Amino acid sequence: MPAATAYIPLDSFGPGRPVLSDASPQAAPDLDARVSDHPCYSESAHRHFARMHVAVAPACNIQCNYCNRKFDCSNESRPGVVSERLTPEQAVRKMLAVASAIPQLSVLGIAGPGDALANAEKTFRTCELVRRQAPDLKLCLSTNGLALPDHIDDIVRHGIDHVTITINMIDAEVGAQIYPWIFYDHRRHHGVAAAAILHQRQMQGLEMLAERGVLVKVNSVMIPGINDTHLLDVNRAVRERGAFLHNIMPLISAPEHGTRFGLDGRRAPTAGELKALQDQCGDGAMQVMRHCRQCRADAVGLLGEDRAAEFALAALGEIDPPYPREARRAYRAGLKAAAPAAQPSAPPVALSESVCLTVAVATRGDDRINQHFGHASEFQIFEVDGAGARFIGHRRVDHYCQGGYGEDDAMATVLAALNDCHAVFVAKIGNCPREALRAAGIETVDRYAQQAIDPSLRDYHFDYLGRLAAGQLHHAARGDALLRQGAFVAV
Amino acid sequence: MALTISSDLCTGCAACEDECPNSAVHMKRGMYLIDPDKCTECSGKFDQPQCQAVCPMTGCISKAG
Repeated sequence: MPAATAYIPLDSFGPGRPVLSDASPQAAPDLDARVSDHPCYSESAHRHFARMHVAVAPACNIQCNYCNRKFDCSNESRPGVVSERLTPEQAVRKMLAVASAIPQLSVLGIAGPGDALANAEKTFRTCELVRRQAPDLKLCLSTNGLALPDHIDDIVRHGIDHVTITINMIDAEVGAQIYPWIFYDHRRHHGVAAAAILHQRQMQGLEMLAERGVLVKVNSVMIPGINDTHLLDVNRAVRERGAFLHNIMPLISAPEHGTRFGLDGRRAPTAGELKALQDQCGDGAMQVMRHCRQCRADAVGLLGEDRAAEFALAALGEIDPPYPREARRAYRAGLKAAAPAAQPSAPPVALSESVCLTVAVATRGDDRINQHFGHASEFQIFEVDGAGARFIGHRRVDHYCQGGYGEDDAMATVLAALNDCHAVFVAKIGNCPREALRAAGIETVDRYAQQAIDPSLRDYHFDYLGRLAAGQLHHAARGDALLRQGAFVAV
Repeated sequence: MALTISSDLCTGCAACEDECPNSAVHMKRGMYLIDPDKCTECSGKFDQPQCQAVCPMTGCISKAG
């Protein structure tokens, strides 16, 4: 009988297990430096640094009800999907092509399309080859955790500093509703027994990584009706075991993807439901990630953009370019020099904490309001009150397969995505969309065009309070908004 | 006694190739095939044929003939 078939309750791992200290890795003084150029781990880094996923890991060792391995559309952006699988050698060629075209490249990750550690040989061979050519590139991988405890030494030996584990439950009864089966110790296991093994392996792997000082991000898929409230317990459990960041993502369940949940009609959470859970989980010491784009296993570029098609194998030159160490150094030096001076904050006396506004911002990056409304494929969403402005997420709004192609349909998609916003900040906007937004009760603001986002949000809040005091407007909380309507078509 | 892979259902993930104890699974012209001379359905080695147990596609791997 395999060692791990018995369900081991969370708090009874017993003697001989790694002992967890109170000091989780997040307390380490070097944490900021370790994540400062990782776009997935650091909210500020994601505007300046790019990542690439190499799809060298096609096999998987579990089945999830939100995944359909057969579905493979080049125009669709979500985990588990790729257009082209790579050998480790091909992955290195692709890395060289990307590095020479994108100086912002800071991270190479292995995220499937199956499970990185169900393909351990291919995954670690890739790490080894990449490390030889590109010693300054951060390596990371993501896994469901089932095979994780067997590979801790490999992970440390290859200098993989960041690992993401997808953990959707800490209760096998909940797990049985998410995972129909797993393949472990040469057997297929089903139902509660399968989920119990998976849970035990995930917790063990997380603890072992934390003990070795590897940074662990935990991804959780929020599945309304199955684990939405349970994820609070998951948050507590992974925090106690040393995870440093929790990324709670909405279920993607469009029926055309052919996943079990999609076919069953299980819905995605709304923007409000997701934010409420993230806020509850972010209350404690551990950070909650809000800028995840749920990207493909072969994504290339800054988060929110996908340039994978430019670097398809067929598009690579005959001779690989050299690894551009100098250009990479120059880009980082330039970033440091261009770092904006701290903005003087508005006098706190002028701000009221009680009025909290939600604002959508059209931006191409650089922390500025620098995008035309009609060109935005996503908006960044901020909350601003007397305490300041906080990034709370992003919304994709156009280029959808579903929802038709007409302007009216496109506008309806945008309105549904921004329905919780009081205002939208843009560099420019046409009269028709401005009027449609006004009719929906959303104020269009273009007077901060090209300006920095944070001070503009504070200024708008200040101005809003003034108009409120003068009786020029009526303040009310807005409704909820929709996340990811239909399949996303990469530009 | 051998198993076979349905080319319609196969996603090419190679999980079966990795798990086969007899090295009976191989890629030919972009398709995964099981060599009937090498396949033993894992008899005597495991209590489930490994390729079938790991394959993510229901019905993709079945008895030949």
